[in-house]
Amino acid sequence: MNYQNLTALDMGIAASLILINGALSLLLRLGLGRQLLWAAVRTVVQLLAIGYLLGWVFEFAYWYVVLPLMCAMTLIAGLSAAGRGRRTYRGQRVDSILSVWGSSWLVTAVGLFAVIRIHPWYEPQYAIPILGMILGNTLTGVSLGIERMTQELTSGRNTIEMILALGGSRWEAAQEAIRQAVRAGMIPTLNQMTVVGIVSLPGMMTGQVLAGESPEDAVRYQIVIMFLIAASSALGTVGAVLLTYRRLFSSSHRFLRDRLQER
Amino acid sequence: MSALIETRALTRLDERRQVPLLQPIDFTLHAGDRVSITGASGSGKSVFLRALALLDAPTSGQILWNNQPIGNTQIPHYRSHISYLSQRPALLDGSVEDNLRFPFSLKTLRKRSFDLAAVTTLLGHAGKAPDFLAKRAGDLSGGESQVVSLIRTLQLNPEVLLLDEPTAALDPTSSREVEALIDAWFAGDPARACIWVSHDLDQARRMSDIHLQMSAGVLSGVPQP
Repeated sequence: MNYQNLTALDMGIAASLILINGALSLLLRLGLGRQLLWAAVRTVVQLLAIGYLLGWVFEFAYWYVVLPLMCAMTLIAGLSAAGRGRRTYRGQRVDSILSVWGSSWLVTAVGLFAVIRIHPWYEPQYAIPILGMILGNTLTGVSLGIERMTQELTSGRNTIEMILALGGSRWEAAQEAIRQAVRAGMIPTLNQMTVVGIVSLPGMMTGQVLAGESPEDAVRYQIVIMFLIAASSALGTVGAVLLTYRRLFSSSHRFLRDRLQER
Repeated sequence: MSALIETRALTRLDERRQVPLLQPIDFTLHAGDRVSITGASGSGKSVFLRALALLDAPTSGQILWNNQPIGNTQIPHYRSHISYLSQRPALLDGSVEDNLRFPFSLKTLRKRSFDLAAVTTLLGHAGKAPDFLAKRAGDLSGGESQVVSLIRTLQLNPEVLLLDEPTAALDPTSSREVEALIDAWFAGDPARACIWVSHDLDQARRMSDIHLQMSAGVLSGVPQP
């Protein structure tokens, strides 16, 4: 099997496909022209940058190079999880970073130390892409979880106060919102797990196959990754929703609705 | 009669705009008191009532219950005795009966149980037949929802009712049903007390014997002890 390298011209042909999106935007007056251009530029610039960066990191495979990179990736994932949603509250950024960080590093550690068992653990060829895949999915779970939580608390305010007024604890009052928010955060991963291999071939597996790996081996890796992703996004979602709960309900069983703000 | 709830220099500030919502309020609710608070909207009537229900934290001052400060762990217990009823009734999905059974699923009230006979009596005060229990909460009118919400609270035999304009959005018939329910609750025990926030002066006179006014966060007409 041979591996086909891509030239700049090849990439240009693919990039020109964005014109389809542009034409649609013009035709349907979606007003997305600028955003499309920006998204396309970011895709190219970010990926080229990470390509060079990874090339460099792979050459200097020391923990003091890999670890800061992993920290930076996690921080960015945490911040971008916090940046979505219509409503926010003071401390949302911290909650979001904490939950992304805690869940993804715990699960990545299980993956690197217990499942794949590579030496050294920070071997960038493994550590970085695995953390990256876990982060990408965890951040979706966390941001959906927080968004749904703040939405449920806003629309369900009367019910929450009714439960508190009847003598319910803050936990009893928030339970339904917490349940909905955790569900919302976990559903994308569950959907992904049910269609994987049938509707979609995951990127990592596709990559391994393109690089000449046997499909059976690629599938093994993919199965491991799917479970790591599922675990991390579930942990991250639950963590984020519970941290939100702690911010918005005081220990005196009050719902601090004034802390919720429209962006 | 003994003091049930007492506030000492209770104030509340709008945290975001730094505007005072309540000027220092010293107020005592005794057993058997039927108090009404009238005033323009935005004068702080609801703010005061929500503070008494411990739904919003006061900025300064104290609230005492039976002459004791209320600890955090006691708050759910307090709220099951000092019951706040909002202007907008919040019902859960399900039947009227499901809604009336709901409070007994809460930890504070788990030791008590749903009493169908007591609820049927309460329904009778509001002129509702027992088959009302099977209605879907989503099919009820605003007035019927408020009646359900009130019965949900009254079946717990609260010591004090804090009523935040319970009839403001209701038609005259439903208003009378709500008033009848509250009169019947009063008749059940002479120690019961109530604060009724209203902008309807006639109703305030009819339903209370201590009339207070709230204006720009100042509660006036407070009877001297």
